[in-house]
Amino acid sequence: MNLQLTEDGRLRHFLTIEGLDRPLLTRILDTAESFVGVGERAVKKVPLLRGKTIANLFFEPSTRTRSTFELAAKRLSADLLNLSVSASATKKGESLMDTLRNLEAMQCEMFVVRHEASGAAHYIASHVAPHVSVINAGDGRHAHPTQAMLDMFTIRRHKERFEHLKVAIVGDLMHSRVARSQIHALSILGVPEIRVVAPRTLIPPFIENMGVHVYTRLNRGLKDVDVVIMLRLQHERMDSGLLPSEHEYFRYYGLTEERLAVAHENVIVMHPGPMNRGVEIDSDVADGPHSVILQQVTYGIAIRMAVMSMCLGNPPAVEGGEG
Amino acid sequence: MGTRIRGGWVVDPANGIDEQLDIYVEDGLIVGLGPGPANFEVEREYHVDGNVVCPGLIELRASLREPGQEHKATIASESRAAVRGGITTLCCTPDTDPVIDTPAVVELIHQRAAAVACARVEVQGALTQRLEGSRLSEMGALRDAGCIGVSNAYRVMENTEVVRRAMEYAATFGLTVLLFPEDPWLAQDHAAHEGAVGTRLGLPGLAETAETITLARDLLLVEASGVRAHICGLSTARGVEMVAQARARGLPVTADVALPNLFLTEMDVTDFNSACRVRPPLRTQRDREALRQGVREGTIATLCSAHQPHEPDAKQAPFTEAAPGISGLETLLVLTLRLVDEGLLTLQQAISRVTYEPARVFGLEAGTLSPGRPADICVFDPERHWMLTRERLWSEGRNTPFIGWEFKGEVTHTFVGGRLVYHLEEA
Amino acid sequence: MKEIPQVEALLEAMCAELRDFLASQARQDPLVVGIRTGGVWVAEGIRSRLGVADPMGELNINFYRDDFTRIGLHPEVQPSMLPFDVDGRHVLLVDDVLHTGRTIRAAMNEIFDYGRPASVTLAVLVERSGRELPIRADVAGTRLSLRPQDHIKLTGPEPLALEFKQAR
Repeated sequence: MNLQLTEDGRLRHFLTIEGLDRPLLTRILDTAESFVGVGERAVKKVPLLRGKTIANLFFEPSTRTRSTFELAAKRLSADLLNLSVSASATKKGESLMDTLRNLEAMQCEMFVVRHEASGAAHYIASHVAPHVSVINAGDGRHAHPTQAMLDMFTIRRHKERFEHLKVAIVGDLMHSRVARSQIHALSILGVPEIRVVAPRTLIPPFIENMGVHVYTRLNRGLKDVDVVIMLRLQHERMDSGLLPSEHEYFRYYGLTEERLAVAHENVIVMHPGPMNRGVEIDSDVADGPHSVILQQVTYGIAIRMAVMSMCLGNPPAVEGGEG
Repeated sequence: MGTRIRGGWVVDPANGIDEQLDIYVEDGLIVGLGPGPANFEVEREYHVDGNVVCPGLIELRASLREPGQEHKATIASESRAAVRGGITTLCCTPDTDPVIDTPAVVELIHQRAAAVACARVEVQGALTQRLEGSRLSEMGALRDAGCIGVSNAYRVMENTEVVRRAMEYAATFGLTVLLFPEDPWLAQDHAAHEGAVGTRLGLPGLAETAETITLARDLLLVEASGVRAHICGLSTARGVEMVAQARARGLPVTADVALPNLFLTEMDVTDFNSACRVRPPLRTQRDREALRQGVREGTIATLCSAHQPHEPDAKQAPFTEAAPGISGLETLLVLTLRLVDEGLLTLQQAISRVTYEPARVFGLEAGTLSPGRPADICVFDPERHWMLTRERLWSEGRNTPFIGWEFKGEVTHTFVGGRLVYHLEEA
Repeated sequence: MKEIPQVEALLEAMCAELRDFLASQARQDPLVVGIRTGGVWVAEGIRSRLGVADPMGELNINFYRDDFTRIGLHPEVQPSMLPFDVDGRHVLLVDDVLHTGRTIRAAMNEIFDYGRPASVTLAVLVERSGRELPIRADVAGTRLSLRPQDHIKLTGPEPLALEFKQAR
């Protein structure tokens, strides 16, 4: 989407993976690579974004994502403002614009936005001043691009290349913004086979149009795969008549060691978190040798540092630097 | 002593007229076409050479927002917008506040319209009290107060028994029932068409079945009750098929499509443009083609704008939080003319779809230039190009995805009851 | 047109001077740190001639540059690598060309975010005129006085050679 890019193709906003090309995604991964080491040093900071103010604008509660963005900002030496806005307390539309204007008056250069409405980050990005960047920390069911990128980073760290992989995404795809972003990323980075596995009620209609193979049987969906991404199942799904019980879900779609056995012997298991042990994933797998779930968290900080610095490092004109 | 409208090309589909004729108006009525009546004294004359003269357009269903939502629009503002678009009769929907379920509200609206003295306003009454879908409204009283039909507006009706009784009761009083087909259970929390685009964008979707299931139910009930029914806002190919079958079986059913659904599809929602959030949603290319075919074949005999003006705040929000609806009075004529340009309809057929046919839905004697009828006349320059901009809109609702579109055909004169209520000022 | 010295000869001269300098300052067991990319080539040459046992460090000063807001994040993103603890050690910082001094300032800031060295010695292949900050080399292969529009650059890695561009 050109809304995300400057005229010369650099990242200005990071709203969705869709519409970005492979070189740009690769650059994000490479940039994140340089930031991984920062967390292991004595001074876990680089002065790159010193003096910049970043606002966490979370309309949906979240401890995990918000704190990784916070850590990322601080490791870049930026100043961080945390704003938790209760969506129900705001009148539709009005306060969103007002909130934005107030923040801009406070000279924030970047908003990290999480909102329950699909398209919210796009909406905000199309209304901010020219020098302000917006990062989507999750909007409705639409996109969660930083999560997808840290998942790609994790895959690259363990598998090196994308070109020969079979990847299965298992679980509540219907409501998952993470899954949609992951599908875009996997596709753009050249993964030849992307599978989704879920009961029919959790598979969005026409998802094949996104370039995935649909499976409703877990054993078939996991056969020979190199990467399994488990999605979280929320309790509300039982209440809205999509599933009868967690018990049945675990029985047919929960990832156990036995189920995992049909995958490739070097399969890695990922989960965007937080996990529901015993619902979508068994503890033995979550804590087992194939699981890379904890590493995903570390990489999340590096990815967010990469995206933040790429978005905020946009000059009016390119000049040479002198040594 | 009267008015002569001279030199225009008259298109009056109801009377099969398609030629250059003069029109004579006296005391608010059309008194002759072609050679005038004997001893006609011309007090006022309008030269409209090169223009098309047709019956004033009839907007089949428009939300005028008054009473109760005047922050969105008023009868005054929308009447003025209407006549600018060549519309001489507005049929307003009952979803006001309070709902149009008592004669008092009907009278209120008639009085306001008379005071504004612009477009005519015909009133649709509510099918059930407060549009709640449980108790029948006093349709007898509403009819006597002047309601031309009864409708459930956009409030879906769950209780099948109530729908059945409401149809039977409306039939008792000879009222047309306007039905909006949307299944309340399948339509929980939706924003866009349930399809490839909706899935990709993570927008909660409205399946095709939400329309077809309720349509099936309603058509069967129409058949059983014999009430004259009009289906509002078809959006699916399957829906068109079902209405065609019902009509073939002889059911007294008509249907309309909102013009945006003939031009836009789910693809137009790709950038989360809240101006394209409508109810029913914009669906697939296939649906659009079928709707167009339905219009051409006459299954869909009427075209409307389904006018829904909104204040800016209602649309200034992320897509799923924006209010649905398009402000469409000022594009009713030009979008209809575009169908002629695209070869879907002849000019005769097109004009008929927005004049004579809407009148027939309500059993009104209107939408024609027959001598003896009120002189509600639209004159437009079919070759004049113009672009729709925010500033150009007279409606209080600037919420339309057609801003920036270039159109061919612009209204030059609008007469209501022989009075010139709109005239294009030359810049 | 100036005569461009051979890099080999310069490295020899630098190492001779470094041995004396480090000894006179009592800076034992130096840790060699090269600044990417050219400084790393020079540092390799120095480390092997001085016979330093510890592995070499490589600095990518991208995140410490003072022109981030002007030119954004550079595309070359090989991360910095300091495979040792700098606390209390004598760091030998090596670069190819010392010009304005900004690169060295950034490099020192970065080193100090890793720990607190006992000292920092700066050795450069070419120290040219045009300083904008009060920074000087402790050891330089050669010192050149150039016009602002002239450029000197180290090419490599094989063979290492100095390239001189004289603008009109």
